[in-house]
Amino acid sequence: MNEKEKVIRVKNMYKKFGDFTANNDLSFEVSKGEIFGFLGANGAGKTTAIKILCGLSFPTSGEIKVAGFDVYTERESVKRNIGYMSQKFSLYEDLTVFENIRFYGGIYGLSKAEINSKADELLDKLDLQHARNKMISALPLGWKQKLAFSVAIFHNPEIVFLDEPTGGVDPVTRRQFWDLIYDASRAGITVFVTTHYMDEAEYCDRVSIMVDGKIEALDTPEKLKKQFNVDDMDQVFLSLARHATNIE
Amino acid sequence: MDASIHIDNLSKSYGTIQALKNINLDIHSGELFGLIGPDGAGKTTLFRLLATLLLPSEGVAKLCGIDSVAEYKKIRSFLGYMPGKFSLYQDLSVIENLEFFATVFNTRIEDNMDMIHDIWVQIEPFKNRLAGKLSGGMKQKLALCCALIHQPKILLLDEPTTGVDSVSRSEFWQMLKGLKKKGITIVVATPYMDEANLCERVALIQDGEILQVNSPAEIVEQFEKDLYSVKSDDNYQTLLDLREFEHTNSVFLFGQNLHFTDTRKQFAEDELKQYLKNKGRSNIVIEKIQASIEDCFMALSTKPEANE
Repeated sequence: MNEKEKVIRVKNMYKKFGDFTANNDLSFEVSKGEIFGFLGANGAGKTTAIKILCGLSFPTSGEIKVAGFDVYTERESVKRNIGYMSQKFSLYEDLTVFENIRFYGGIYGLSKAEINSKADELLDKLDLQHARNKMISALPLGWKQKLAFSVAIFHNPEIVFLDEPTGGVDPVTRRQFWDLIYDASRAGITVFVTTHYMDEAEYCDRVSIMVDGKIEALDTPEKLKKQFNVDDMDQVFLSLARHATNIE
Repeated sequence: MDASIHIDNLSKSYGTIQALKNINLDIHSGELFGLIGPDGAGKTTLFRLLATLLLPSEGVAKLCGIDSVAEYKKIRSFLGYMPGKFSLYQDLSVIENLEFFATVFNTRIEDNMDMIHDIWVQIEPFKNRLAGKLSGGMKQKLALCCALIHQPKILLLDEPTTGVDSVSRSEFWQMLKGLKKKGITIVVATPYMDEANLCERVALIQDGEILQVNSPAEIVEQFEKDLYSVKSDDNYQTLLDLREFEHTNSVFLFGQNLHFTDTRKQFAEDELKQYLKNKGRSNIVIEKIQASIEDCFMALSTKPEANE
């Protein structure tokens, strides 16, 4: 993996809120095109870390580079080179499909011509041309999720952060969503994803598991299962997270 | 004590959207019953109808034999309902919330302590904290106490484990098992297919329709096809390859494997292996396996007649 370009480098990252340490000495690297699963119980410190990596919050200390940019001094460049999607925030319900695409394209500084041609490409790929002028609020959840992901990578970012992207989605749509993730990864986009579905942890190239602000395990799903001598990632997760004290 | 739920041809529309379509369902007294389905399936609408908070467009629901429309007030006295959204008073303390709900139901906390004791002891250390300042898991426990404080015969829980990590989820199901022993009928909605196995019977629900009602074991038994787990050096590429295989009936990612069904009755393992080898795959392992609830749900929801 050494020869591969590292698009996220985190060294000794700390984030403290008063005397509470939310991120306690995190160190990890993520390679270009990798699907990196970022797991942990509620309250383990995942959201805090993601905010720092997205340039939304300063770390207390540590060396952190995202897409080659420093999260202390080059936050705007960090933001330009990443995409973000969560289950809670994705698209504007009272705008149409195309208006949402145009809005996000515009925010990331794409030209009108670029937006139009890329929008066509995207709607063809998702088989959503027929819904181009429909309000987001009128779309089934599964379509929304797929569109939200595509919009998050519309500006071709180095990395896309997905915060529980598939919560509450039916099992068929959830798998179609992972098709998009694999597809993006093959196109060289690094995927940083959190999930509560442990079968999805198996789909990641590598998985880190946070407990009480620390990364307690980081490896491929295969090696983690061997290390903990269990059959699936759910059991790996349970054996680590049961010892947590900062559970919400 | 009858604490059954009887649902007969129940439908609910919001304008032109039909959220529930002719639901028929009988939930037995004392049963731990699961309503399993994704967002938008109609679970919350069904709960609100049962909780007498919505009027049905058509059909009848009876709880303990009492009609949910004609005698809604009676039902409210013996029904506990925990909505999906945290709906306690954030600016009251833990104990104030509990006292409030006890008073509304004309009772006192101390008269009902046996009912909530096992859960209450876990949040009692924080009883003077404002409910809004509790962590997610604690809020959930307080909401459960408030839903139980009037000793309901029927308890409706709308997605109590959504967005909750797998440790807290398994703790919550432990609490439900404890409540079941007290004889309460519990109906719990969840989008997590694996939680179906913790219920006695489940209804699989999608797009306002019930796909199937049965015990988890029987649902799994009724899976129509032979199911195979397929694994190789590159599962995603194998998925793409299998989609192009002429005899593929269905293929889905499933954790560390793929789940595959063949269109033919006679499945030729060697042929499939050879096909994948020709595609450049190695370390191919094919095994016949037992279907899970999730396999069944996907098979039912992708049947042509169930599609939109």
